[in-house]
Amino acid sequence: MTSRTLEIWVGIFVAAGLAALFMLAMKVSNLAAYQTGPSYEVTARFEDVSGLKVRSPVTMAGVRIGRVKRIEFDDEALQAVVTLEIDKRHNRLPRDTSASIYTAGLLGEKYVGLEAGGEEESLKPGDRIRLTQDSMVLEKLIAQFIAKFIEDKNP
Amino acid sequence: MTEALRQLGLVGLGFFQRLGRAHLLLLAILAGVPPLFLRFSLVVRQLYSVGVLSLLIILVSGLFVGMVLGLQGYNTLVDFGAEESLGVVVALSLVRELGPVVTALLFAGRAGSALTAEIGLMKATEQLSAMEMMAVDPIRRVLAPRFLAGFLAMPLLAAIFSAVGVIGGWFVGVGLLGVDDGAYWSQMQAKVDLYDDIWNGVVKSIVFGAVVTWIAIFEGYDAVPTSEGVSRATTRTVVHSALAVLGLDFVLTALMFGD
Amino acid sequence: MPQPFCHAFVIMNETPLVRIRDLHYARGSHVIFAGVDIDIRRGTVTAIMGPSGTGKTTLLRLIGGQLRPDRGSIEVDGQPVHRLRGKALYALRKRMGMLFQNGALLTDMDVYDNIAFPLREHTALPESLIRTLVLMKLEAVGLRGARHLMPSQLSGGMARRVALARAIALDPMMVMYDEPFTGQDPISMGVLVRLIRTLNDALDLTSVVVSHDIKETRAIADYIYLLSEGKVVAQGTSEELEQSDSAWARQFLHGEPDGPVPFHYPAPAYAEDLLAGEEAA
Repeated sequence: MTSRTLEIWVGIFVAAGLAALFMLAMKVSNLAAYQTGPSYEVTARFEDVSGLKVRSPVTMAGVRIGRVKRIEFDDEALQAVVTLEIDKRHNRLPRDTSASIYTAGLLGEKYVGLEAGGEEESLKPGDRIRLTQDSMVLEKLIAQFIAKFIEDKNP
Repeated sequence: MTEALRQLGLVGLGFFQRLGRAHLLLLAILAGVPPLFLRFSLVVRQLYSVGVLSLLIILVSGLFVGMVLGLQGYNTLVDFGAEESLGVVVALSLVRELGPVVTALLFAGRAGSALTAEIGLMKATEQLSAMEMMAVDPIRRVLAPRFLAGFLAMPLLAAIFSAVGVIGGWFVGVGLLGVDDGAYWSQMQAKVDLYDDIWNGVVKSIVFGAVVTWIAIFEGYDAVPTSEGVSRATTRTVVHSALAVLGLDFVLTALMFGD
Repeated sequence: MPQPFCHAFVIMNETPLVRIRDLHYARGSHVIFAGVDIDIRRGTVTAIMGPSGTGKTTLLRLIGGQLRPDRGSIEVDGQPVHRLRGKALYALRKRMGMLFQNGALLTDMDVYDNIAFPLREHTALPESLIRTLVLMKLEAVGLRGARHLMPSQLSGGMARRVALARAIALDPMMVMYDEPFTGQDPISMGVLVRLIRTLNDALDLTSVVVSHDIKETRAIADYIYLLSEGKVVAQGTSEELEQSDSAWARQFLHGEPDGPVPFHYPAPAYAEDLLAGEEAA
């Protein structure tokens, strides 16, 4: 075999390998979730963010508009500070938008849901979302429910 | 009794001596890798024998493994009414485990044994000695290009295996068993993570490629230079590579997905 | 009066090209050399002879620096091979050619590429010049027409001639021949004998021939060393060896079946052994 045909075969092999990697990335995996166009960041403070992860979705009206970029702990306020990365296209969210942590399905993964308020002014990059609602922890709910139940039985 | 202990000691000593020689050889090979980028044609030649010649078996095996996964996965999932998740099952099994592991085993059988036999025969026919006498370092000229080629070819082969497997699963699931085409791909895309699954699978295949190629080259270079010695070395390559791949797979899986 | 040997006499006074002193080498507990002194003069064909297993090939590997002696010194062109490492050793090896027993041609290249191999590895010559050099070397061994054959298509004698062309590709100062005559038919044997002598004289080489083929070796060697059991048993020109008072040398040179090297492997007396058979069985 001449070295030219050999080189062509190696070229085909490498191209096939790279094409396979490309297919795995684009068609099989959630690469789309990583693709971020220009975006801006806002923060939100929560008492409890159990189950929320970096890269968890941020949605509004059920449509994905961004993702969680950072989760930090504020030593002063003893709260979780979540940085949300929101698509630049959605830059007209009202200033009094509220953020809640929801669960997809009963046991599914957590995500941040935003609900619009009514103000004229919109959120600026670096702003803080004031109205927040914490992650619902199943154990806590059950404990509250049982406590209430016992209270009701023995007044 | 003392004789048995002595034998045990001898076996242990032999094992550690081989291990030591293997590591020294690896260091010498790694030192020979950077200059190869100036003479990449040497590597291209090896990519042909290590990569292109392994392509057919990888394509066929990948397709069939994917089809079997599609069939088995469907039969299990349909009981729960969850056959829409077939894509997830097929893709995750392939990119996380079967892609890297089965490819590495096939690679050891196809390319690894050929490497050992080739290098062992070069040693037995004094070709390596002759190179040394021509002031050409056989480690740099013969072993290093083969190592680099194995290292580069294995992740590509594993990716091809997984990609073909996903298509095989699609063919059985969507084509023959009537799973919804959109559900197959969208569920897959929702659950397969680029970093956690695909990238970790690629890392696994890189590690397996390096280890299998290393074992194959060492066995050839360390073979007793007779036809019997070379044939034993070839067998050892396949056995040791398989054990190393399966053992390392457990370690890597524990490290990657353990938390 | 042009004598073939007068050239050799002139340079005899110079320092020898290879000077081996008090060489000791053992493989495990098996002693191969126990105090060997050898001088190889420039421009000569020197033969190292001895029965199988006396470490003749080992000696070539020691000279080439592939093995290191346990004791003693080996100097090639004034350089201590036994202490050289890395670059210096490789630089010296470029000036040595070696012909291995079966040629040791690289099996994945054809004849042409095999001979071009050392040139391509060590020089940056343009391909047209390499072609000229390769064809010159092939012409010297008479195989210019076989340049496109693969090593597997060559007969044993042809493979050795190709390997010889490769050994002289870098125009070395010396060539070492490891058993060049073993397993050759009479014709290719004659060709090799003539090649070794003519190349040595034409290229002003120094040749070291390791062999146990007495007739052929004596025909071309200027000086002969006989090795046995780790020592030099006899040395001299072919004629001098004939006069040697060593009984061993005479047995070896004439191929007598019995002598200082006994026909029988050491064993208890024959009669005793036969009688003991009944009890042992």
